[in-house]
Amino acid sequence: MTIEASTYKEVITEPSAYTKMINRRLFWLFLSLGLLLTLTLTDILVGPAFLNVFDVLDALMMARENTDPTVYVIVHSIRLPMTLMALIVGASLGIAGVQMQTILGNPLASPYTLGFSAAAGFGAALTIVFGIQLPYLPEFTVPVAAFLMACLACGLVYGFAHLRGVTAEIMILAGIATLFLFQSLQSLVQYMASPEVLQEIVFWLFGSMLKATWFSVSVSAGILLIAVIVLARNSWKLTALRLGDERARSLGVNVQHLRIKIFFVVSLLTAGAVAFVGTIGFIGLVAPHIARMLVGEDHRILMPLAGLMGALLMVGASIVSKLISPGYVVPIGIVTAVIGVPFLFSLILMRKKSHW
Amino acid sequence: MFRISNLSVNYASHRVLENINASLKPGSFTALLGSNGTGKSTLLKAMAGLIPAKGSFYHSDHGELTPQKRGDLVAYMPQDAGATSSLTVIEVILLGRLRSLGMRVPECLQIEASESLASFGLKSLENRTLDEISGGQRQLVYLAQSLFRNPSILLLDEPTAALDLRHQLLVLDRVANHCHRNDTVAMAAMHDISLAAKHADRLICLSQGNIVADGVPEDVLTEPLIRELYGVEADIIKGTNGTLHITPLRAV
Repeated sequence: MTIEASTYKEVITEPSAYTKMINRRLFWLFLSLGLLLTLTLTDILVGPAFLNVFDVLDALMMARENTDPTVYVIVHSIRLPMTLMALIVGASLGIAGVQMQTILGNPLASPYTLGFSAAAGFGAALTIVFGIQLPYLPEFTVPVAAFLMACLACGLVYGFAHLRGVTAEIMILAGIATLFLFQSLQSLVQYMASPEVLQEIVFWLFGSMLKATWFSVSVSAGILLIAVIVLARNSWKLTALRLGDERARSLGVNVQHLRIKIFFVVSLLTAGAVAFVGTIGFIGLVAPHIARMLVGEDHRILMPLAGLMGALLMVGASIVSKLISPGYVVPIGIVTAVIGVPFLFSLILMRKKSHW
Repeated sequence: MFRISNLSVNYASHRVLENINASLKPGSFTALLGSNGTGKSTLLKAMAGLIPAKGSFYHSDHGELTPQKRGDLVAYMPQDAGATSSLTVIEVILLGRLRSLGMRVPECLQIEASESLASFGLKSLENRTLDEISGGQRQLVYLAQSLFRNPSILLLDEPTAALDLRHQLLVLDRVANHCHRNDTVAMAAMHDISLAAKHADRLICLSQGNIVADGVPEDVLTEPLIRELYGVEADIIKGTNGTLHITPLRAV
C-alpha cells in the first residue's frame, strides 16, 4: 500500500519551536559527550610509556588473554583510574558549580569561592603536618580529613545562614568568610611545617590525579551518581529559581527547603571530589558558564552539560599535564586554568547574548 | 467564595495589615487601591502564602486554605517586571505548570503554552530570553504565565505598571474576561484609579493597613475618599458609557 504525497504531508507535522530549541541544546550535549569519549581515550593513550591505540582498546575491553600483560597493567592499574578520576572530579565540580551559582543567584559562586576546597586543603595539611593516621586504614587519612573538613565548612556556612536566614546573600557572605578562615588556618599549618612536609602539603594542594585509585574512583562516582539523581529530580524547581526567589515561591517552590537540600548535595559532591585529588579551583567556576552560554538555563540539559564541560576541561588538562614535560606529570590543578581561560574567553567573545 | 478572616501582618514590630476581613466572589475582579506603603503588596503576598500572617483563608470549593494549599490554588504575579533572566519566554510560561513538568514536556503542554503566548501577541518572542525583551513585554510574559496556571485565585501586583496605554486596556480586559469565564477570584493592586474603576467589579481601598472603603466603583469613589487615600484633590467625571474618570488636580 502506498501513501499519497498529500496524506504524507498531513501525517508529518512540523516540530514546535520549543522542540527545535531543545533539539539544538541536545546537539551540544551529544557533541560534548562524543568529544569527552575521544579525549578520555586520548588521555589513556598519553603517558611516559608509549601505548598502541589497538592494545589500549583491547585492554579496555577486558581481553586480557589477547593483551600484552604490561599494557594491561598500565591501562587498568594506572591510567584508567587516573582518567576516570579526572572525568568524575571534573563532572562533580562542574555540576557543583552550576548548582551553587543557581541556588545563590551569583555568577561567582563555586565550591572554591565558598571555602569548601580551602577547608579540604586545611584538613589534608593538618593530617600531613601532625602525622595523624587512621587506625587500620592509614592511606585514607588525608582524604577522610579533607572530606570531613569540607563538610565542616559546609556546616559552618549553613549554621550561620540558619541563624540569620537562608538567603543567597547571607550564604555567600558566610561562604567567603569560611574561605578566608580556612585559607588562614592552612597558611598557619604551612608556616609551622618543616620544608619536607611543606613540600608534601603543597603537592597535595596543587591537585593531582596520581593519587587516584579504584577505591577513590568508586567512592567519588557513587557520590556523583546520588547527587545527579537528586538534582535531576529537582531540575525544574532549580530552573524556576533563576527567576528569583519571589517568583519561584509564587510558582509553588519552597525556596528555603530547596536551597538547603541542594547546598548539602553540592557540599557532599565537592567534598567527594577534592578529598582524593586535592584542590582544583577553576572548573567549578567556569564549566557552568560555558554550559550556560551554550544551552541556557533549562537544568534538565544545563546540569549534565556543566558536568560534561567540567569533565572535558579536566581530562583535557590531564592530557596537557602529561605533555608539558615528557616523563613528568605536572599537577593538574596548575593546568586547568591554563586550559580553561582561553576557552572561556573565546566563547565570551563569540557570543553576543548575555548569559547571566 | 474566597473569604479572608482577621488577617494581620507584622514586619518586625511594625503592624502593616490589621484585622482585614473580605469575601471575594468567584468570577469577580477586585482592584486594590491605596497610596504607597499602605499594605497592598503585603496583602497580596499574605493571601498567596508568601509571608507569615495571622488569620484564616477559606475557599468554598477547597475548604480552609493552608499556605501550602494556597501555593497550589493561587497564581501571584509580583510587582517587579524588571527582574531578568536568561530563561526563554516559552520556558517562563511552561514554569507556570511546574508540577506537571517532568524530564519530557508533553506536546499538548507545549502547544498550550504557545497558544497562551499568542493570545498576548508574544508568539514571535517564544525563543527569546527574558533579558532580550523590554520591561513591558516581560510584564506581559509574567501575566501570560499567571493565566497559564489557570488558578482558582489570581493575584496581580500592579499588572499594568510597565505597559503602554493600549496594553494596559488589553491586559485588564483580558484579566477581567478570564476571571468571568473561569470563575476565578482575581485581585490586582493598582495605582491608576480610572483604569481600576473601568475594569474592576469591586474596589477595596486600604489606608494604613486597614480597609477604609469596599464596594462597586460608583459607590466607593468619592472626592473625600480620594483625598483621604492619596492626599490629593481630584475631579470625578462620569463618562457617557457610565465609567468614572478621575483627574487629580493638586496635592493637599
